[in-house]
Amino acid sequence: MQTLNFQQLLRYQDQLIDGTLHTLLLTLVAALIGTAIGVAGAAAVRSGPRPVRWAIRGYVELIRNTPSLIQLFVVFFVLPGFGLRMGAFEAAAIALGLYFGAYCTEIVRAGLDAIPGSQVEAGQCLGLTRWQVFRHVVLPPALRSVYPAFTSQFVLLLLGTSLASQISAEELFHTGGFIETRTYRSFEVYAVICGIYFALVMTFKLLFAAVGHLAFRWPVRR
Amino acid sequence: MALVDIKNVTKSYGSIEVLKGVSLSIDEGEIVTIIGKSGSGKSTLLRCINALERIDGGEITVEGQSVRTDMPNLRGFRQRVGIVFQAFNLFPHLTVERNITLAPVLNKRIAKAEGRALALDVLARVGLADKIDAYPAQLSGGQQQRVAIARCLAMGPHLMLFDEVTSALDPELVGEVLKVMEDMARQGMTMVLVTHEMGFARNVASKIVFMHQGRVWEEGPPADLFANPRTPELRSFIASAR
Repeated sequence: MQTLNFQQLLRYQDQLIDGTLHTLLLTLVAALIGTAIGVAGAAAVRSGPRPVRWAIRGYVELIRNTPSLIQLFVVFFVLPGFGLRMGAFEAAAIALGLYFGAYCTEIVRAGLDAIPGSQVEAGQCLGLTRWQVFRHVVLPPALRSVYPAFTSQFVLLLLGTSLASQISAEELFHTGGFIETRTYRSFEVYAVICGIYFALVMTFKLLFAAVGHLAFRWPVRR
Repeated sequence: MALVDIKNVTKSYGSIEVLKGVSLSIDEGEIVTIIGKSGSGKSTLLRCINALERIDGGEITVEGQSVRTDMPNLRGFRQRVGIVFQAFNLFPHLTVERNITLAPVLNKRIAKAEGRALALDVLARVGLADKIDAYPAQLSGGQQQRVAIARCLAMGPHLMLFDEVTSALDPELVGEVLKVMEDMARQGMTMVLVTHEMGFARNVASKIVFMHQGRVWEEGPPADLFANPRTPELRSFIASAR
């Protein structure tokens, strides 16, 4: 029976750190793109012109009902045919950003729908503009109500970045594959990779709890 | 010239006509109380006065300006005509101070310290200066409604509308809100109220308007109207409200 041997992995420390940083970067860029899409998309679905609303609905349904791996392939292999050439990492960031954006649109929309129209009316009656009402009256409580859903979707995004290894983006999972082919220590390699993902997720969960605590201070009547 | 002039206003929701040609004029300093059964159109009329509802026919003018949902400078107009709602509609994520100063800070560009002074001033008028740093969820219904009134006052309105502002309150909290409104009336604020508080209507109002089936059925000073109702509809309304 084969015995476990983590010793060999120590030589690949630098690669593991590098892979971890790329996974982090990929997650954050995709989250940024996706969150921007989500807020804009949700606002537009609620009050944009009809063609825009239909376009966003189509985008959301398309992304949410197809495999993310195929979305990655489309961005990486198909878009270059239309003259959009990019590296694997950029393609992964865009594809995952679009993926996260679709879920974010739904999440933020649910949050906006949870704010009663009377709040909007109260804002209008104080002479606020449409934008001011959205930004100062509707958005903060809406974000609070969907914050838990948003953070768990973020965790799914972080774990989902491992798919980017399939288009050769050099993130953590890809690094794992690389080390495995050098050492033949599959179990040890993926155990370590798994541990790193777990630590990343737990770190973000703590971070989100702290941010939520700071950002959403106001008491809620139950 | 009247501060508010309502001429032959009609308004329908789909096929249901809720206002069937309402005319009413309100002078500066008057306290006008609109009473009537549910569905008589009183809240709709009130909401038309500050362009929350589009009117289908007739005309409403406030300070000589024709009120429409697409009027020029609607936002400036809304700052001169305050409205207080049945459900308070305070912003739950903002402290009392920020609730009051949000609009002045954004649109009148007042400084932060000036904002706090303004908030303290209007809160003193509703007797809640000590709650300036509280959040709405930490206040009772009556206190929330008084903050809503203070938020309105901070805009420096020329006219204030009250849409059943005590209807969502526990009975023991109604008094504190009515007292604030009485103080405002005494200080000369022009006020239009939709209310079921007959005591307030009788004692504070300068004019009672009884609405029935989308029309102004009777109007006049409270002493007259309550003592000598001319129509059977008002007579039965007064009897049932007692």
